[in-house]
Amino acid sequence: MIEVKNLTKHFGPKVAVDNLSLSVRKGEVLGFLGPNGAGKSTTMRMITGFLPPTSGGVTVGGDDMLEAPNRAKARIGYLPESAPLYLDMTVEGFLGFTAELRGKSGSEKKEAVDRAIETCFLQKVRRQAIDTLSKGYRHRTCLAQAIIHDPEVLILDEPTDGLDPNQKDVVRNLIREMGKTKAIIFSTHILEEVEACCSRAIIIDQGRIVADGTPQDLRRRASRAGAVHVVASGLSGGAIEKELGGLRHAARVEGSALAESFSGIVWPKQNTGAGVLAAEIYQLAGAKNLVLSELHEDQGRLDDMFRELTSGNKS
Amino acid sequence: MRNVWIVFKRELISYFTTPLAYVLIIIFCFLSLSLCLFFGGFIERGDASLSSFFYFHPWIYMIFGPAIGMRLWSEEHRMGTTELLLTMPISPWEAILGKFLAAFTVLAVTLLSTIGMVFTVLSLGEPDVGVIFSGYLGSFLVGASSIAITCAVSALTRNQITCLLVSVTICLVLTLVGFPPISDLLRSSSFLGIKLGFLADICNGVSLFWHSTEMARGLMRIQSLIYFISLIGFCLFLTSVIIRSKRA
Repeated sequence: MIEVKNLTKHFGPKVAVDNLSLSVRKGEVLGFLGPNGAGKSTTMRMITGFLPPTSGGVTVGGDDMLEAPNRAKARIGYLPESAPLYLDMTVEGFLGFTAELRGKSGSEKKEAVDRAIETCFLQKVRRQAIDTLSKGYRHRTCLAQAIIHDPEVLILDEPTDGLDPNQKDVVRNLIREMGKTKAIIFSTHILEEVEACCSRAIIIDQGRIVADGTPQDLRRRASRAGAVHVVASGLSGGAIEKELGGLRHAARVEGSALAESFSGIVWPKQNTGAGVLAAEIYQLAGAKNLVLSELHEDQGRLDDMFRELTSGNKS
Repeated sequence: MRNVWIVFKRELISYFTTPLAYVLIIIFCFLSLSLCLFFGGFIERGDASLSSFFYFHPWIYMIFGPAIGMRLWSEEHRMGTTELLLTMPISPWEAILGKFLAAFTVLAVTLLSTIGMVFTVLSLGEPDVGVIFSGYLGSFLVGASSIAITCAVSALTRNQITCLLVSVTICLVLTLVGFPPISDLLRSSSFLGIKLGFLADICNGVSLFWHSTEMARGLMRIQSLIYFISLIGFCLFLTSVIIRSKRA
């Protein structure tokens, strides 16, 4: 549905987006991650046709954004980062306006407005002026605008930013629900959100894709993923650490040794599963009369992965 | 065309849901009538004509046009709604035209509300209706030009006050270059032995003031019409260029 090819954007001498390519199919929810200033919003603005790319191209549903912008734009629903709105209009008036720009009129327009109001839970404020609304309602009004024409493609720039936990949940459920039939790209800082609603995630840093995969894939790539967490007592911490280090399948031990306990992480040797190592630790505990209060495999955390990929290489 | 209409409608409603349009209309009527009555010698002249009424219009438009037009794009830029509007399946042209026409309509409503002056002179004597029509058309075109200038300036900045000041300055310059004291001065002076009379003609040619006073006198020249229409067209074109380059 969305094809992005070698997209590049320069702002003066600064490279905001650097040769970025990606594609999103129908039924796919793509989480767009990256630190502030990584080029997320710039990329989304180019995909929606707001910014012209320096080079590279975007096609949406087969229509090129530069050659047939109106046909491409018609397929997209877009929620810009700050959820901008015309403050002097009412919710209903604003949605009616956007529905008209999307080519709807008469009863079709009325239905579209009603459906969007219902989907985004705006019934209570539908006749209210937008400048009297709270941030959560404003955000959802802008989201309603993005889905008013039931688009095939949704581009959402930080759709849950500034919402309270309940509202965040509502929006996430919406994204998940709509993701079944649409191609969605949404950006966020919140990693749990990616795990909650994305079928795929991309991490970008300094305008480049540094990781691309399912959230599970990405988690597994974190450096701790596959290591074994151990909390044990029964001997002095130092002694336990030594015993663990001497295991046949253990490559490395890291942790804090206290007087009577040890808590840390043991990495298995290459080509050894965490399960084998855990079993060996369990046997060791039996042999040495250790009390294991924790023994589990690290699933990897997206946070770790994110930090490892996007910090340190700041130039 | 449909999209122009949709943008136009929204923009016009927005003018009249905020107090802006009403305030501007009242100020315009008050200024144009009081200047005409107290400084234009409308009564003393004893002549059933509106020339003293139209004489002040270019001066009022210097502020009135920018005041109407300053929000056109500045407000969109400030609120971030440009991003919303320009990612809709419409061309920037349609948005620019819709917005300009809405401001244009506010101007038309304003001028229409001074129609009482026409009935006044009609009841006082037998004015030349053709001259009145020409005066109104001239006034209308000066107003539209100052709005178009402001439209281009407003695309440049997110600050309405900056837009107002810059547009007023541009309109002031375009008015003053054709102001008789200045063209007379140019006509009577020379520089390095070259007579500057031709400069006066050039200045008159680009001046809002000169074209509008000519039209207020009933001289509806094709040159004046071309001047106004090309000025408006150029400013709207400039607006689209600015909007495009702002995004690049």
